[in-house]
Amino acid sequence: MAATPIVELDRVSFGYDAARPVLHEVSLSIEPGSVVGIMGQSGCGKTTMLRIIAGWLKAGAGRSTVLGEDLARLDDAQVFALRRRMGMLFQFGALFTDMTVFDNVAFQMREHTTLPEELLADLVAMKLEAVGLRGAAQLMPSSLSGGMARRVALARAIALDPQLMLYDEPFTGLDPISLGVIARLIRTLNDSLGQTSIVVSHDVEECFGIVDYVYFVSAGRIVAQGTPAELRRSSDAFVHQFVSGAPDGPIPFHYPAPAYVADLAGAGHG
Amino acid sequence: MRRSTIDIWVGAFVAAGFLGLLFLALKVGNLASFSTSQTYQIQAKFANIGGLKVRAPIKSAGVVVGRVSDIKFDNESYEAIVTFNVDAHYQFPRDTSAKILTSGLLGEQYVGLEAGGDAAMLKAGDRLRLTQSAVVLENLISQFLFNKAAEGKDGK
Amino acid sequence: MADPAPNGLVRSLERLGNTATSKIWRLGFAARFFAYTLLHSGTAFRRFGLTIREIYFAGVLSLIIILVSGLFVGMVLGLQGYDTLQRYGSSEALGILVSLSLVRELGPVVAGLLFASRAGSAITAEIGLMKATEQIAAMEMMAVDPIARVVAPRFWAGVISMPLLAVLFSAMGIFGGYLVGVQLIGVDEGAFWSQMQASVDVREDILNGVIKSIVFGIAVTWIAVFEGYDAVPTAEGVSGATTRTVVTSSLAILALDFVLTALMFTGGNVR
Repeated sequence: MAATPIVELDRVSFGYDAARPVLHEVSLSIEPGSVVGIMGQSGCGKTTMLRIIAGWLKAGAGRSTVLGEDLARLDDAQVFALRRRMGMLFQFGALFTDMTVFDNVAFQMREHTTLPEELLADLVAMKLEAVGLRGAAQLMPSSLSGGMARRVALARAIALDPQLMLYDEPFTGLDPISLGVIARLIRTLNDSLGQTSIVVSHDVEECFGIVDYVYFVSAGRIVAQGTPAELRRSSDAFVHQFVSGAPDGPIPFHYPAPAYVADLAGAGHG
Repeated sequence: MRRSTIDIWVGAFVAAGFLGLLFLALKVGNLASFSTSQTYQIQAKFANIGGLKVRAPIKSAGVVVGRVSDIKFDNESYEAIVTFNVDAHYQFPRDTSAKILTSGLLGEQYVGLEAGGDAAMLKAGDRLRLTQSAVVLENLISQFLFNKAAEGKDGK
Repeated sequence: MADPAPNGLVRSLERLGNTATSKIWRLGFAARFFAYTLLHSGTAFRRFGLTIREIYFAGVLSLIIILVSGLFVGMVLGLQGYDTLQRYGSSEALGILVSLSLVRELGPVVAGLLFASRAGSAITAEIGLMKATEQIAAMEMMAVDPIARVVAPRFWAGVISMPLLAVLFSAMGIFGGYLVGVQLIGVDEGAFWSQMQASVDVREDILNGVIKSIVFGIAVTWIAVFEGYDAVPTAEGVSGATTRTVVTSSLAILALDFVLTALMFTGGNVR
């Protein structure tokens, strides 16, 4: 049975100006309940894709449909309303530094609902318990480690039980234990809360471990897609280079430069 | 909780600000005097008001009894018409004279009232008949020189 | 092939024109930002606790520097004023000199400059850093308008704090003038206060001074929140923004001071 995709990008293109296109005719479809990875090198356009899905950037061409709404036809207020059904985990957490962990997690509840404080306290405790940080509720963000900060940000993002979760490079800069914790949390929360998740990352091992489907992006185009198992078996040169971490392949090692010998010889004559 | 400490400090800050404003208004400014008392209006004509300004004090025997409220030019008699607001507590005889005086060397000019001997008192809207204009320095000097010249001629 | 001289000139003119247009564009953007902030100030007042918190950080924490500076400025006015006045035998006018200078000019202007450098730069840095660490983006992602939640309370806190600080500066300065003039030098205490009271008018001088400080508060806080919100989200970007806040605010205060003084205090002398 084909369910309506939660997110559907149909030949979406985007560029900050005409001279620098960032995304070129990208098409993807995300099934409800799945965890999908968008992977590629730094600067390939995957974060831009995430921002288009979140409604921050308006695609130049193509159709973007998120949670059943055509993004091009929404005004600012409607985009805001749509975001209430989405949650986003930023790369470094982006916790509000002037509030405690508790206040950070309670932020959305306080802004968008009129729940009494006792009920709020219970809800916050539940969210923090889900990420294992209920005991840190009164700490300030500055006294948290990177991994803990990201977990609190995760608790904050799921505060109002969003249908769609967006993860922007959740594995960057974490120690192996925290990596494992975050990866496990992404999968468990997705399944237990009935969410759909999109993970943008370039960490192959952690990502492949938790996602159902992967899109590979290079230079603003989708160059490969499939389940992790399919991609590991793939004979595509780019996929192979990315998955195995080879230094040279379709993505060259050398930045474009004039011929080496000529450069050395030229420098000698000044 | 820190919230209430902040509230206390902000409350103290705003209160201090208002106290400062009150201090300025009462101790520094002229709010304490005269703004609420009853006054009646008197007029006087002067040939020359010198540097007299609106809100200059009206003094009698050196005590402030009112303020200048308006200064106009009479195009028919070519004199200045000055209107005073005199404190209702004080009554002056109808033949009171008004002089424009200076307080100190650099001081500002004020109107001095010298009470006359008339039994009837001034009423609101009355006009003072006896006035003396401000002393203008140039006229003084030219008068002095003229006198000196006349003296010299007589002496010869 | 054009020779280098005209080409360089054309390029400089082009750059000049570019700078001018970009500055004008930025000013327009700042004006729209200001209007948006005012329109969305409802939250700042409905949840007044947010604004109170910002009044604490902008106003209360500036108290020390304002009070101490006010005291010193007043004391210097007392010294300098006495030195000049006693040459004309008018040392009793010291009260008038100190109070009018402070209430009309020095109070609003110096307090405004100090506020710009202390609180204005702090506001810019805070908002700029929130932008750089994606906190603003996170707020938008949680469907909370960052301008209503972060910018507006800080704006109104600045507008409310500024006149209070200016009044306290003037009051402290007059006290400083009193300390130096009466206690230290020996000017007659009665003459000091009575001449002052005779010359300082509540409506003309004090109220106008308060109006000036409100105008300065609006200008300084507007510049501070705008520069913070518009800062490039990097370390250099935030540092550049804070510098711009202090410089632009100071120039704005001095320019506005001239305009307001001409309007308020020259009694029609300036045609």
